[in-house]
Amino acid sequence: MSELLTTADGRPLKAALAKAERSKRLRAVLLVMPLFIFIFFSFLYPIALMLFRSVENPLIAEHMPLTVAALEKWDGKEVPDEAAFAALAEDLVAARKSREIGKIATRLNFETGGLRSVITGTGRKAERWEPPYKQKFIDERAEWGMLETWATLKRLSPTITTVNYLAAVDRKFDVQGNIVQVDPNYRIYVDLFMRTMWMSIVVTIACLILGFPVSYMLASLPLRQSNMLMILVLLPFWTSLLVRTTSWIVLLQTQGVINDLMVWIGIINESQRIQLIFNAQGTVIAMTQILLPFMVLPLYSVMKTIPPSYLRAAESLGAHRFLAFWRVYVPNTLPGIGAGCLLVFILAIGYYITPALVGGQDGQMISNMIAFHMQKSLNWGLAAALGGILLAGVIILYWVYNKMVGIDRLKMG
Amino acid sequence: MSQISLPDHAGPVETIWHWSYIAICSFVFLFLIAPILVIIPLSFNAEPYFTFTSDMMSLKPEAFSMRWYEDFMNKDIWRASIGNSFFIAFFSTILATVLGTFASLGLSRAEMPYKGLFMGLLISPMIVPVIITAAGIFFFYATVNDYFPLTGTYQGVILAHAVLGTPFVVITVTATLSGFDHSLTRAGAMLGADPTTVFFKIIMPLILPGVISGALFAFVTSFDEVVVVLFVASVEQQTIPRQMWAGIRESISPTILAVATILICISIMLLATVELLRRRSERLRGMSPG
Repeated sequence: MSELLTTADGRPLKAALAKAERSKRLRAVLLVMPLFIFIFFSFLYPIALMLFRSVENPLIAEHMPLTVAALEKWDGKEVPDEAAFAALAEDLVAARKSREIGKIATRLNFETGGLRSVITGTGRKAERWEPPYKQKFIDERAEWGMLETWATLKRLSPTITTVNYLAAVDRKFDVQGNIVQVDPNYRIYVDLFMRTMWMSIVVTIACLILGFPVSYMLASLPLRQSNMLMILVLLPFWTSLLVRTTSWIVLLQTQGVINDLMVWIGIINESQRIQLIFNAQGTVIAMTQILLPFMVLPLYSVMKTIPPSYLRAAESLGAHRFLAFWRVYVPNTLPGIGAGCLLVFILAIGYYITPALVGGQDGQMISNMIAFHMQKSLNWGLAAALGGILLAGVIILYWVYNKMVGIDRLKMG
Repeated sequence: MSQISLPDHAGPVETIWHWSYIAICSFVFLFLIAPILVIIPLSFNAEPYFTFTSDMMSLKPEAFSMRWYEDFMNKDIWRASIGNSFFIAFFSTILATVLGTFASLGLSRAEMPYKGLFMGLLISPMIVPVIITAAGIFFFYATVNDYFPLTGTYQGVILAHAVLGTPFVVITVTATLSGFDHSLTRAGAMLGADPTTVFFKIIMPLILPGVISGALFAFVTSFDEVVVVLFVASVEQQTIPRQMWAGIRESISPTILAVATILICISIMLLATVELLRRRSERLRGMSPG
């Protein structure tokens, strides 16, 4: 029979070890906790709050309760009866008193253009009206005789809604409650997502094409020289984003340095100055330069670990230099290519500042639209929905990056 | 060793390839650095243009002037924004560095449970598009303003910038700790030092280069941040980037080039500090011959 191993003070060794490990684990967790709590409250919770904004919709249910109740049984086949109009009149008058009518009008207007003036206009008149209301409403604004107006009201009645996400992919509910595409003139978001993806892909590929030879040079030069050249990669990395964006404006604008240079050399004459910036191509050029270090650094750190003897071995076995490079060296750099491309793509897809400053009309990306709805149109629900879709994409890419590369291997300089 | 030097027996194809390779690399380096360098001479332009005048090309002294720097120094709004930028960056850096360093010490311990998950969450402010972070913080501040004013206050901007800065501290400090020899702390403890003494006498001096690098990254992140400032700050917290943002969008004046040049000088100093620290740390830990 085996003797139970004990510590000096007589406790079983197994239990003592478990206790020691528990306290060690606790100590590690306690060190992480302050930052975790900080990040939780000032980052994770705010983002959850924003995502909740994309589905919450308390306004109509709260301030037009009678109308919402009256529309509960409405089948959407014909204009509602007098009872619904009476409820509407009472709600509008109450909303005007509580000064919430403006918000209601704005919310309905996001959904169906033109409803703002319908709500505020009839709201003002409804105070003096006596029943029956139906004909008075329809005479005042023909919209009240349309199914679409009532369908919009009914659609916005629930406190949790998917309309923002539908709007974010250019879809809406029709009068019968089916999901349909919006009018061709209003289809902008799907195109914008596509353009954002497309621009990010172009920037990523451009960074790879430019970054690969440079990383190879840095990895194969002696340390002293490569450290010198590395500064050329790191300095842009440390320089303010706004400074670099300003420089691109200075370089690329029609009266800028590049155009001046081309006129001076004689490639173009004074009247042929090219619009290089304030469009998609200017945005891509500036973003490529700004994100290039994020491609070079991971590529370089992978290339640094590939022994040069591999290439020499391939060549001595009879492979031509280019073949050896392509078949032996390049496959070894794939982890670096993957890491660099993913990182550049993730950063590019959420880019805001550069497109906002140099994007002009056709260089805007999805982040710019989110900012527009946050600050200008104040359609926060739609901004949150667009942000939610963008965030979902970024999280998936981040997860892939973590699986493939590991975030602990993220390096800066 | 050097793979890019040309062997003596190289044929014409290889010679052409070799020189075009050098040319391509030079072009990329130029592409990286030229936009930064071109700003510097232009900021001394005596004329209010963003391009080299013919007088500048012929190096006439009267074509150069310090007028944009004087303009920068004389405008109250710029002076105020320098002060704000340093103030906000300083406090958010301290917050980010302290929290980030302790978290990294925990994350580097083998006993830490769910290490990957925590690491992923703590790094995420760097990955999530800043517009989403800014929107989230905007909504969050709006809900807590009644209890603790954050929108349009210094503490609001500092907290938000600390969030954006912590991932950099966590990354650099965990990287430094990955080469850390844990038997040193055990040796210290065995020789009778309590955990606080071990931390300040043994751990801190060894990871200090990583901590300082992380702090500098956090500083730059705050110093260059504009989106959160646009969403949650008021005019009172005007920072340099926000002032530049307004300048580029509305009336672009060469004063911006003077500011940009000053910022470039700051970047160069920060880069030099971080590089020195990195080499020192690698030498201390015997990781590189340089």
